[in-house]
Amino acid sequence: MAATIPLSALPVGRTAVLRSYPTAGAAFLRFREMGLLPGTTVTLVRTAPLGDPLEIQVRGYRLTLRRSEAEAIVVEPAAS
Amino acid sequence: MTSPVLPFPAPAPAASGRTPVYALVGNPNCGKSTLFNALTGLKQKVGNYPGVTVEKKIGTVYSQHGQPMQVIDLPGAYSLAARSPDEAVTRDVLLGRRSDTAQPDRILCIVDATNLERNLYLVHQILDLGRPVILVLNMMDLATQAGLQIRVAKLEKELGIPVIPCEAAHGRGLIELKVAMSRPDLPLPRHRWDIPSPIAPAVSELQASLVENDRKAPLSARAEALLLLTDQDTIRVAGSTPLSGRTAEILRSWQKRWEGEGTDWAATLVSSRYDAITRLCADLVERDDRPSNASSTSDRIDGVVTHPMWGWLVLGGIMALLFLSIFTLAEYPMNWIDGHIASLADLVKESMSPGDLRDLITDGAIGGVGGVLVFLPQILILFFFIGLLESTGYMARAAFIMDRLMSRVGLNGKSFIPLLSSYACAIPGIMATRTIEDSKDRLVTILVAPLMSCSARLPVYLLMIAAIVPGDQVPILTKVGLMLLMYALGTFGAFGFAWLFKRTLLKGVPPLMIMELPPYRLPRLRDVVLQMVERGGLFLRRAGTIILGISIVLWFLSTYPKAPEGASSQEQMAHSFAGKAGRILEPAIKPLGFDWQIGIGIIASFAAREVFVSTMGVVFNAQSEDDEDTAPLRQALAAAKWPDGSRLFTPLTCLSLMVFYVFAMQCISTIAIVRRETNSWRWPLFQLAYMTGTAWLLSLVVFQGGRLLGF
Ligand SMILES: Nc1nc2c(ncn2[C@@H]2O[C@H](COP(=O)(O)OP(=O)(O)OP(=O)(O)O)[C@@H](O)[C@H]2O)c(=O)[nH]1
Ligand SMILES: [Mg+2]
Repeated sequence: MAATIPLSALPVGRTAVLRSYPTAGAAFLRFREMGLLPGTTVTLVRTAPLGDPLEIQVRGYRLTLRRSEAEAIVVEPAAS
Repeated sequence: MTSPVLPFPAPAPAASGRTPVYALVGNPNCGKSTLFNALTGLKQKVGNYPGVTVEKKIGTVYSQHGQPMQVIDLPGAYSLAARSPDEAVTRDVLLGRRSDTAQPDRILCIVDATNLERNLYLVHQILDLGRPVILVLNMMDLATQAGLQIRVAKLEKELGIPVIPCEAAHGRGLIELKVAMSRPDLPLPRHRWDIPSPIAPAVSELQASLVENDRKAPLSARAEALLLLTDQDTIRVAGSTPLSGRTAEILRSWQKRWEGEGTDWAATLVSSRYDAITRLCADLVERDDRPSNASSTSDRIDGVVTHPMWGWLVLGGIMALLFLSIFTLAEYPMNWIDGHIASLADLVKESMSPGDLRDLITDGAIGGVGGVLVFLPQILILFFFIGLLESTGYMARAAFIMDRLMSRVGLNGKSFIPLLSSYACAIPGIMATRTIEDSKDRLVTILVAPLMSCSARLPVYLLMIAAIVPGDQVPILTKVGLMLLMYALGTFGAFGFAWLFKRTLLKGVPPLMIMELPPYRLPRLRDVVLQMVERGGLFLRRAGTIILGISIVLWFLSTYPKAPEGASSQEQMAHSFAGKAGRILEPAIKPLGFDWQIGIGIIASFAAREVFVSTMGVVFNAQSEDDEDTAPLRQALAAAKWPDGSRLFTPLTCLSLMVFYVFAMQCISTIAIVRRETNSWRWPLFQLAYMTGTAWLLSLVVFQGGRLLGF
């Protein structure tokens, strides 16, 4: 079992597999609907100039999310 | 006895059954409006960021045989479980919940072919609706560029519906699409999706209850039942009857049971749809491994535009360039228009005998409208620039880099897009707040949007700047600097008040910032120019209607009642209705450095800000003693005096006046739109009060402070 980290801790440019959301899920429903599901591969593309929000690549498109949400999303970095 | 008003009129009979009504549905920014324009020849706004369209728009498309069909362009949505007001429009039109729109009987689903999986999620929900669907694979050019090959025939077979590849932006695939649209026998989609077993019994129970107790059509009841499980909003959506007690009870008891079992029903539903989509896509898309250079170009641009240092310089540079070009590029066309208006007025003067009618035409109509018309070039430049920003994809980046700053005042980057649009006009800006999910954030953004200096203030600023720094010897940068100062003042004002409102009146949780960043696209010049011409036309129409009307009314109000024979024109003005109104206001505005004549302009501006310029044209030109030549307004202003003979438009007064116009809420159309978007009079009236109050206070500070400092 590889180590998991919050998405916010993923280094820029690295790819990871999404593992889980917090259980109280209403706020994260939209992320799911946009294709970020457990098992989906995400890449952290960059952060905004002031460090927040983050830009990720998922299913071939670019999405922004705030650090505060990214902290709650658990990912497993792919072996590099 | 008053007769009760029926809240929900019976649905209109399906339009003669012969004209099919198509709804255009798809994710944001997939090209719906581009396709709509190509089909109908209309000019819906198109732009390269999610959330351009926020309201439905109906158009007519003719089949190859000239048979008319209706199409409805809708706001983009990622899901039928709407999270923001614009998505709710789409959901409500599709489900027939809006009393002003007949439920569309067929659906045109548009997907971005470069991004099938996510786009198909909405399609998957739409297939549940039990209506004929045509699937349009748009942006095929980009898909090919990215090395994607989509097996269209297989997709058609799997879904059982027509699938049409097309490039809306280049008009390719339209004929095939029209042929499919005019088929009388469009098949219903074949649906091969099994609702996950822990949830299936609940869906059938809800479905039955919706048909029985909520009078939903059996065909769409399944979709409605599924939606109840993911849309937190379903129970209190605007324009729909509340859920019947029985259905609500079923929903509650199932939710309780799932909570007990630890089943996340909404997440299960979403995952199961994506599982179905993944299976569908598995051998649908073939990818050659050629690296796509479109996305790497976008990345290179973003490397600069969102760079910690370059990013800010780019943003600042764009703004500076905008204002610089307003001053430099507009000069020649402006002089040209100015010259023609003056010679038109002179022509009328020569060919008519002196009298009230001649004065009405030259001073009222030509002077008033002409004073505003000369600013058309500047306004076109402003719209052209904003159009460029919108069509390249920069808007979404601006929101991305501004999000952190916006979060300081309690909003999010998405609010930045409506605020930027408000530089053109607050009305589309306020409409654009529909993309904001949180209702309090949306309200705060609506409240502060009119503080962003709109194009109607531009004439006022330009006139005042011309009065402050007369002549051409001053460097252009001084003028640009003054202008930037006014825009900055409005912008900081907007942020300041947003901060205040989020802290006091409308406290809320920090919002999310879920936003798609589209790849950059070369702006289509046609779209940008069309948009600019459209908005320029609107400005001309305003000049020809509201402003003409007000100028004429104002001319009457300032000409009658007539002063005794032999009075000077200044005395006449003072004697008139307008003069009296100005005098009543004068005590309130004298501390700001304004006299009663400026007061007339301020009163008239409450209809629309540009009217200030035309009013000054009527008020001061009417007084120019020399009747042979129409002096430019600037010179008339320079000659204006207080009764004691001191200059009226001193630099300090001009500055104070500009500050007043930065903050005052003077636009009837904005008030009307705020009333519509917030559904009450409370907020527009509050806005009128707080903005105008601030305007008065800050002008006071500027004028009195300036005097103390010895200006
Ligand atoms: N390359 C390419 N670009 C396209 C095509 N169709 C649309 N576009 C571009 O895609 C962008 C979005 O187009 P819109 O028509 O505004 O998209 P929309 O779906 O109406 O967007 P919203 O109203 O925000 O939901 C614009 O920049 C269009 O020029 C196409 O077939 N090929
Ligand atoms: Mg659109």
